[in-house]
Parts: sequence; structure tokens; C-alpha cells
Amino acid sequence: MFPLNLEFYLSLLENPLFRGLAGALGVITVISLAVLILIWAERKFVARLQHRYGPNRAGKYGILQTLADGLKLFLKEDILPEKAEKYAYTLAPILCFSLAMLPFVAVPVERNIVVANLNAGILFILAVASLSIIPVIMAGWSPNNKYNLIGGIRSAALMISYEIPAGLAVIGVLVLSGSLNMIDIVEAQRDGWFILPQFLGFIIFITVSFMESARPPFDLPEAESEIVQGWTTEYSSVKFALLMLGEYTHAVFTSVLIAILYFGGWMGPLFDSPFWLALKTLVIMLFLMWVRASVVRIRIDQMVSFGWKFLIPLSLLNILIAGAIKVF
Amino acid sequence: MSERVLLNLGPQHPSTHGVLRLVVELEGERVVNVTPVIGYLHRGFEKIAENRRYIQITPLTDKLDYVSSMANNMAYVKAVEELLGLEVPERAEYIRVIVLELQRIASHLLALGSIGNDLGMPFTLMMYTFRERETILDLFESLSGARLGYNYITIGGVMDDLPLGFTDFTLSFLRELRQKIEEYEDLVYDNEIFVKRTEGIGVLSPKDAINLGATGPVLRGSGVRRDIRKEDPYSIYHYFDWRIVTGKRGDCLSRISVWINEMKMSADIVEQAIENIPPGLFRAKVSRVVRPPEGEVYSRIESPRGELGFHIIGDGSTHPYRLKIRSPAFCNLSILPHLAKGVFIADLIAILGTLDPVFGEVDR
Repeated sequence: MFPLNLEFYLSLLENPLFRGLAGALGVITVISLAVLILIWAERKFVARLQHRYGPNRAGKYGILQTLADGLKLFLKEDILPEKAEKYAYTLAPILCFSLAMLPFVAVPVERNIVVANLNAGILFILAVASLSIIPVIMAGWSPNNKYNLIGGIRSAALMISYEIPAGLAVIGVLVLSGSLNMIDIVEAQRDGWFILPQFLGFIIFITVSFMESARPPFDLPEAESEIVQGWTTEYSSVKFALLMLGEYTHAVFTSVLIAILYFGGWMGPLFDSPFWLALKTLVIMLFLMWVRASVVRIRIDQMVSFGWKFLIPLSLLNILIAGAIKVF
Repeated sequence: MSERVLLNLGPQHPSTHGVLRLVVELEGERVVNVTPVIGYLHRGFEKIAENRRYIQITPLTDKLDYVSSMANNMAYVKAVEELLGLEVPERAEYIRVIVLELQRIASHLLALGSIGNDLGMPFTLMMYTFRERETILDLFESLSGARLGYNYITIGGVMDDLPLGFTDFTLSFLRELRQKIEEYEDLVYDNEIFVKRTEGIGVLSPKDAINLGATGPVLRGSGVRRDIRKEDPYSIYHYFDWRIVTGKRGDCLSRISVWINEMKMSADIVEQAIENIPPGLFRAKVSRVVRPPEGEVYSRIESPRGELGFHIIGDGSTHPYRLKIRSPAFCNLSILPHLAKGVFIADLIAILGTLDPVFGEVDR
């Protein structure tokens, strides 16, 4: 009934339906596993920076800690606040998780390995990334809790400040590569990674990626010391787990994007391989973690004026630089 | 934008330093009004004290400001000794100064660590400061057997003599502490976001500081040169060479700098005390049941948080007729509504952190 030959299954992948299903399954499995390990790595790494041990009970070096935490969350009671807007409240975590996973389908891990090789791949990614604010606002508004609301509104304020510089910073890369296709962007870096000609753009983009994934020092939407848990305050159990997973996936995704746009994706010394992409992503993630342990949270007004008065003019200048490099 | 939201912060909130409840009136992100609601940790110590013998009250004072128990012990014991007219042996006074100043360092370390948490650098600064605080707790454990409520300073002196090796260990610890303080300074002053978040926030002018009754590091952070240790010298503080630390601008960063500089000053005092400590008795001969004469006394010390006073009325029996505690944390907390007008929520938390209230003492 099931033919035992690889060719047959590979040919099945030509069918868009099968390709989509296999891609979705693959992306969710790989990314969820990566997130599990990265959360552990983050806790361990930050703990060492902070003069503590970090998780060290579940499994060797506490590597199963995230799994245990996730399991615990799944066993918790799923609380629905009495005056919550039921549908928005339930839909928000699902949307958050799926929108966080969605852009990965357009990310190539190797020249030939990509779920959907879109001609306007980067445009698709930016579009999905800007959609990801919707579940946050839903989660902030629906539970009828003031802490959630403040978190959600903060997130919206954050988003309008980072989305524009993010788009403008990417334009620099697009000018140099001359394509919107992700694979072409990487291939254009064969002679030299874009971090060198686009250093300013890289600085802007990595700053923006802190904001996009709401990580310290821009973790305003969930600012624990101010508004308890921000937009996730009222969530518990599986819904909370999905929200957290979605949030963390954003951080992983922006790291992958930086690796592709500025560090030559899967290209490395000697051979091309997805391994290089994973390694570069890990290094960028470690940088995000390192920053988390060493700076305090920026205030909302400082953050917004930083975005509008500093990042946007700088990213415009960056486009100018990219154009100059392209012409001369 | 003009619609106001009433936000209930606490009593269970990550950064209210215990069980403070703040009713915050918000206009967007701006604080229009804030009303602190206290009393969640009220245990009625002043009333309990009326039914206890004088010597049994010392352990109660441990639980007032639970991060600086030694200072509370000292404040109470000093009041009783003044009521009794008791002479304390010189060695006991030296030991008291050593533990009081170590306690001040420990308390400021905790305050500095938790301001890092409040500003959104979860646990980095705190774990570093707790590393040093841990050593002080170890030292106190070797003195009294306890790590939090010591009950060490007692009527007539201290409970026990310094254990063997205590002074050497303390000196080496202080040398290490000085290097670590430089580390904290790097983490605080050289961190641009940290400075941006604290500089010019919650400015308390010297005049307001005096009028509103600020004490301790909050008062000195506003540039007012007042310290009970200099002003109304008690114990043997006048033997040592030290000066009052003040801040310049009266904002959050000045208050933080007062903590940091006071730690250095306290380290100086401890070193001088250890150098000159005389041999002798560590406790005067006092009967187990003290019976002070009829009368009343108000005695104050400079606790890590400011002027800590005990007002005792004795009726000639073995119990005090009335005991009133003047708590510095309470006075400093009462400034919060004044400072928090028109700031952002994030600043409100920062201001609260630099006022450094401890609720065991606010609620008593």
C-alpha cells in the first residue's frame, strides 16, 4: 500500500497540498524542538552571567527543564476570566503561535530546502511579522484586565515604532542583492556578507529585532516589575504556554532572519550547510541573551522617541549608503 | 486621553517590596495620583511589647525591619539603657559599631540589588549584591547563630564575644567588597539606559525633603547633610574618622549613589573599629529581669533607612507602659504620592525602589 521508495515521496512533495502539510509539520517540529533547547540554553547562559546555576535538576544539566515546565503548564487548570471576551481570549494564543510559525515557511535553510520559495519572500515575512501584533492586542484587550490592557497598548505603541525602521533597514539589503527572493539574497552574499557594507543597517535591524521579539531592554509589553506579566497576565495553562512559545519563536525567527540577511545564511567556510545557519542563529541568540542580563528596561516614551527620532532617520541614511555602494 | 483608569497595584505585585498596595490613578501611562495603602503586615508589635518583659522585646524588634535586624536591636536596647542609665563596656560598643555598619552594608546591598529588579534587569544586579550580602550573613551567623533575626545586641552589651577569626575574616571581606563595589558602579553608572531611567526621575528638593520628613539616604540623596550618627552621636561613632555622604540632585540616581558611597564609608568605619577594638567585657552585669525606673525616653539611631526612634514610657515595672516606634521606612514611604505625580508607571516603580521601604517596619 505504501511504496517503499524515496523517489515516490519526493515526487509527492511537488504537490502543493502535500508540500504544505509536510512543511507545516516539519517547521512546527523543528522550531518547537529548537525553542525547547534554546529556552534551556538561555536560562543556563543567563544564570551563569548572573552568578547562579540555572536549571540543573531535570535531566542532565537540567536540559529537560523546559519540557517539565511545559508539561506542568499543560496540566494546569485552564481559567477563563468571568468577564473575558471568550472568543478573542481563546483565539489569541492560537493566532499568536501560528503567526509566529508562519514566516518560517518562506525561510530557506539551504539552496534547495525551503517550504515555499516565494519570489517576494522577504515581503511576505515582513507582512506576517506585522500581523503578529494582532494576537497581542487581542490578548491584551479580551480578558478585561487592566494589566493586560496596558501591556497590549504598549505593544501596539512599540510596533508602530519598530515596524517602519525594520522595513527601511531591510531595503538596504534589497538594494545590494537586487532581489526580494530569500535564496537570491543569500546567494548575493557569496562574495561577502552584507554585514560589512550594511553595518549600519545591521545595527538598526538587530535593535529592531529586540523590539519585535519584546526582549529586554524593550520588553515593555510584559514588563514584569511594572505591569506584572503585561498582556499575558490573565492567561494560564496551555494558552499561556502557546503565548510564551509564540513570543519566543519571534526571537528565534528574528535571529534566523539576521543570519540570512546579514551573515550569509547557510554559507560557511568549506561547505554550505543548514548547520552554518543554525550556528549563526545560535550566536545571535546568545547575543540577545547577553544583552538581557546586562541592561535595564527602557521607558515607553524613551522607546517611542528612540524609534521615531533616531532609528527612522538612521535607516533612511542607511538606504542612501546602500544606494551609493550599489552605484559606485 | 483624558479618561482616567484606576489601577490596583499590589499587595501581591512583583515590585512593591513586600505587601504594599498602591491605588494608582492613570491617564494613559502617566500617574495622576497614587495612594499607598498599608497595614498588610501589621502585627501589633507596640501592643505586644506592653505585655512583655524588657529583655523579651528585643527579639520582637528583629522582625521590624527584617533586613537590618541589628539596627533595630540597637535602637531598642539603646532606649532601655538610657532609661536604666546603664554604662556599656567599651568592647561591647566597638562590637556594636562593627555589626551595625556591617548591617548597613548588607541592607544597602539588598536595596541596590532590588532596584535592578525594579528597573527591569531581573536578578543580575541582585545576584551580585546577594553574593556579598551572603558573606555578611555568614559573619552574623557566626556571631549569633541566626541569619535574619539576630537578637544579638542586648541590654548591657552584646550576647556573645566575637568568635575566633571574625576580625580577620571581616577585614578580608571588606577588601573584597571594595572591589565588588567598583563592579556595581560599572553596572550602574556606565549603563546608559540605567542612568537614563534614574537621572532626573523623582526629584526631591532639599526643602521638600525636610518639610515632608524624609530621613536617611532619601534625605541625604537630596543633598541635606544630616545623619544621627554625627548630629546626636551615640555609641562610639565620634571616635572614628568618617563623613556624611550626600547626593547632589535628589533624584533616583542620587539616592542610589548615596547607598553605594555609604557602603564604602561603613567599610571604613568597620576597619577603624576592628583596628582599635580593646579587650574587656562584652556585656555589663545586668540582671535577667530589668526594672527601669518610672520615666520616659525617646532615643534614636541612624538605621540603614534613616532615623529609627524608640519612645518608651516606663512605669517602674518589668514591662514598658507604652512603646512607640518611629519608623524611617514609614516616613519615607509617605513621600511617594508627592514624588509620583505626573511620572510614568515605570518611574513610579523606580521611585518606590529608591525610597526602599521595608514593610515589617512600615506596618510594625
